[in-house]
This record gives sequence, structure tokens and C-alpha cells, in this order.
Amino acid sequence: MRHRIAAVAFFVCMLASMDAAAILTIVITQGVKGALPIAIVPFGCDTASTQPPENVSGVITADLQRSGRFAPLADRDMISRPREASQINYGDWRKLGVDHLVIGRVCPAGDGYEVRFQLFDVLRQVQLTGLTYRTDRNRLRRTAHEIADVIYETLLGEPGAFATRIAYVTEVTDATGARKYSLEVADSDGYNPRPVLVSAQPLMSPAWAPDGNRLAYVSFESGTPAVYVQDVNAGSRQLVSHSPGLNGAPAWSPDGKKLALVLSKDGSPNIYVLDLGSRGLQQITRTLAIDTEPTWAPDGKSIVFTSDRGSKPQVYRITLATGETQRLTFDGDYNARPTMSPNGKYLALVNNSGRGFNIAVMDLATGAMQVLTESGRDESPSFAPNGSMIIYATKEGTRGLLSVVSVDGRVRQRLVLEGGQAREPAWSPYLK
Amino acid sequence: MKVFSKLCLAVTPLVLLVACASTQEKAATPEQPSTEQRTAPAAQPEATPTPAPDHRLHGSPLEDPNSPLSKRTIYFDFDKADIKPEFRPILQAHAEYLSANPSVKIVLEGNTDERGTREYNMGLGERRAKAVKSFLTLQGVRDSQLQTVSYGEERPVSMCSAEECWSLNRRVEIVYR
Repeated sequence: MRHRIAAVAFFVCMLASMDAAAILTIVITQGVKGALPIAIVPFGCDTASTQPPENVSGVITADLQRSGRFAPLADRDMISRPREASQINYGDWRKLGVDHLVIGRVCPAGDGYEVRFQLFDVLRQVQLTGLTYRTDRNRLRRTAHEIADVIYETLLGEPGAFATRIAYVTEVTDATGARKYSLEVADSDGYNPRPVLVSAQPLMSPAWAPDGNRLAYVSFESGTPAVYVQDVNAGSRQLVSHSPGLNGAPAWSPDGKKLALVLSKDGSPNIYVLDLGSRGLQQITRTLAIDTEPTWAPDGKSIVFTSDRGSKPQVYRITLATGETQRLTFDGDYNARPTMSPNGKYLALVNNSGRGFNIAVMDLATGAMQVLTESGRDESPSFAPNGSMIIYATKEGTRGLLSVVSVDGRVRQRLVLEGGQAREPAWSPYLK
Repeated sequence: MKVFSKLCLAVTPLVLLVACASTQEKAATPEQPSTEQRTAPAAQPEATPTPAPDHRLHGSPLEDPNSPLSKRTIYFDFDKADIKPEFRPILQAHAEYLSANPSVKIVLEGNTDERGTREYNMGLGERRAKAVKSFLTLQGVRDSQLQTVSYGEERPVSMCSAEECWSLNRRVEIVYR
């Protein structure tokens, strides 16, 4: 029987690997005022007779658009399509109101491809940067994301976050009504998903370690919730918490050595910190309320979390050295699931001020909160590692979807993954 | 394709691991013998209608569809964990049965509707399960007979996003072992 299960699993896995479709729907919620007008001319190759398996310039365009910081020109509006610097007529691009131009090519080279791009400043008529990559067909999308990161950083002065990954949970109900849950890892645009764990019982709360190699998550496979840490590449995993009651909401400390956890073994859900090396456990909150959903400040000295100690869920901060606790949210009667921005200046959270549950961003210095979304059914926000975009879960009808919103709320892009429901996304750190 | 093959080889042992772990679950699997397979064509004694192995349950009030003990779900108001008056008689009946049968154990499974955040809802589901447990212990049921678990919003019975579905999901299920 085991051999049969293994064979079926292998077969199913191979099938899943081949079906990597993700459909993106871009919703531009406000005008693109302030977004940089840019043109990415479709990359081609004069010496090739067939198209490469990936539309490299298309991937770059979608990435830059999703960030909310760029307004790429549509292909059909392009007057000319240069492939070499010598073919550029800067007047054409000035006429179209474009400030920057990207040209490139993808040509077969050996078993793989050579991808070259150049970024030009249209007004000054100079090249700003240009790179050449040797890659194979399986890494063309990755190369496109790396190019998008270079363009982003060259023009905006901060790193891009396109060559990164996301983890999320899917749920599929089969013909017999049985549910199957899967923890998946995909590219930051939803492409190339692969399962890292499949289970007949629910999975929750995936959290990336700061080194990008491990995921902590909650699994009900034993019948009660337990926290595991799994190596994403090797597949090996360890059980880190299975105390009586709740074991949940794992959050990695910035140095990767500790996990904040929610345990209710001492009577009510409280936040604890588990040292992964010594397995020492320290209790952080001590209330009879529900204290949950911890997120660490980047200096490791405080934890921000959800608590209903004031009767409804609000967001609080506790300083670890002193235990001093401060309430942070005052807008709306439900604020929960805080997540800290990488620079420690903002929180993304779930807010309900009477129009359902939406994603909001709060400035920690001023306390000002801006609600970014409006479906009323949004949850599980997670920042990109450069802090510029937030991925979150939303719903349409009974279907769970993932969406990305730029941190200023300007652009929202829905990732619709084929089959099943997706939820609980977590954006990886920068990949090394 | 090479990269994906390697990934598949890595993932397969995991699926094995989970497949093996999940066969310990109480949820039915395709391998569990059904009554059709157990009953051979000719001279076989009549197969019991349910696969329940616990002989204590045969002919007991737990199987009587007219008894309040047949009601195994307690429902709650939004964001609340208090036992509503209409459910007290049902819990009373379970408390009496459990007090009279101290070796019988139950699990109280706490659940919420989909609104609000998931980990917070794990806490709310647990609060509901514990509220039922408190009620039962106050009626004389031993602590050792009662286990609680929370599924938060992860195990809905009803999928629409409206009160008629939400109200069915805000529940504690009483599961006899």
C-alpha cells in the first residue's frame, strides 16, 4: 500500500509541476500619478526562429506594474520596437511621455539562453545600466524577475522584491467531499507553485525564517494544532511545539534563533518565546484574554500582537525586557493580525471600522492609519522584503484568492491560482 | 523538468509521511472496510450497520434519535462564548449521561465563523469549547472525561458568506469517543 501511495504521490506531484498557471488581473484603483512612465519593448531575437518558453519582457512589465511605482506603456502604443541601442529614436519615446526605456533580447545559447537588457534615460539619452545573463529555460522567469529588480533599484534607489518567493495554503475539495490542504511555495507573482506539505487536515500560519530556507507553520495532522519547522529545500522537518491546547501563530525573531508562539497550556492563549537552540520557553504575556498573532520589531526588543484584553481585538506592543505593554490601535473596534514592515516603521493589519475586514497600514511614529483595501473580506497581510508591497488573502464568493497591493494603495493585483482556494500568504525574505 | 523531478523526489517522502500520519486520523479513508466488503455473499452473520467498535454504545440512549443526547452541536452568537439558554437542557442531558457513565469520554470541538482573523479565531473556538466544558463540570462531569480542541474557522460546515451559514459554523461539537 505504501508503494502505491508513493507512486500516486509522485505522479500527482509531477502533474502539479507541469501545471504552473497563474492568472493575474491588474486592478488600478487610483490614477497612476506619481508612477514613473516607462516602456519595456518586447524582447526578441533576430537569430532565433522560435519563441523562448517565457515572455521575459512581459514578466518584467507585470512586476514593475504590480509595485505601483511604474506605469508601463502598453505594447500596442509603441511607435517603434528597437532591439539595439542604435535603433532607438528618442523622439518617439518623448512623444509618448515615457521617461525611461528598456530594450533587450533573449537568444538561444548552447542548451539555454542569453538574456540581455539595457535601461535608457529618454530625456538625457544615456544608458543607465545594462546586463547580460546566461540562463537555462527553467530559470528564464527568475532572470526576468532579477532584471525587474535591477530596473527598480536603479530608478528608485531601493532594492526590488521581484526575485523572491511566497508561501501560502491551498484547500481543495475532491468529488467525495474530502478536503486536501497544501502548503505551497511559488514565485512572488504566483507562478511555479510547488507543494512542500500535503495533508488531509488543516494547515495554517506559514512563516518564513529570516534565512529564507525554513518555514514554520501550524498543522492539525495529529488531530490537535501543533507547530512545525520545515526546511523548504531539503524537505526535512521537526515538531517544535505540541503542548495541550493551542500551539499557533509562529513568528521568527529577526536573528532566526527564536520563535514567538501562542500557547494556551497555562489556561488562556498567551504569547511565549521558544529558543530553538536550547528549547527554553519564556512566557511573554500573562492575561486571561486571547493574546495572539505576534510579530517582532526588527531590533528584536519588542513584539506587537493582537489582544482582546480590552474586550475586542486591538493591537498592542510589549517591550520584552520590561514587560511594559502599550495599546497601538484606536481606529475602529477590531484591529488584529499585525505584521511589521521590514524597516520597523509600519504595521500592516486587519481593520474593521464598520465596512468589513480590510487591510490597513499604520505609521508607528504618528499612529495614522490608512485603509488600503475595501472588499470587507481581507486578511493575512504580509510585506514584501523591501516594504513596498503587501500580499494578502481575500475572497470572491466562496473562493479564496491572493492579492498584492502597493503600500500606498495605488495598485492592486489579484493572483488567481488555478484550482482550489488560496489563503494565508507569506512573502519570503530576499533570496540568497 | 530536471528541477521539478528533484522536487518531486523531495516531496514524495513528505506525502508518505503525511499519508501515514493521516491514516491514524479518525476521518474515514478509502481503505476503511465498508459493510459491503465485510459481508460475503453466502453464510455470513449479518454485519452490524455501523462500524463503531465500542460495544457500550449499542442500545444505549446515545443511539436514541428521540433523546436530547442525539443533539451534539451547541451554537453561539457572534463573537460570544456564552451558553445560550436554549442549549442548557441538551447539555444537562449529556452531563447526566456522562456522570452516570464515568468511563465515557468526549471531545468538545470549538469552531467559529469565518469573520475576523484566523489565529484569533483559534482562541475564540477554544473559549467556546471551554465554556461547554465548564458547564459540564459544574454539573458534575469529571474533568478527565472532557477534552477540548479548537479548529477556529478551519472546519466550517457551511460555506456561504451570510448569517445563515455563519450561524451554523459558530458551534461546539460534542464527539463521543
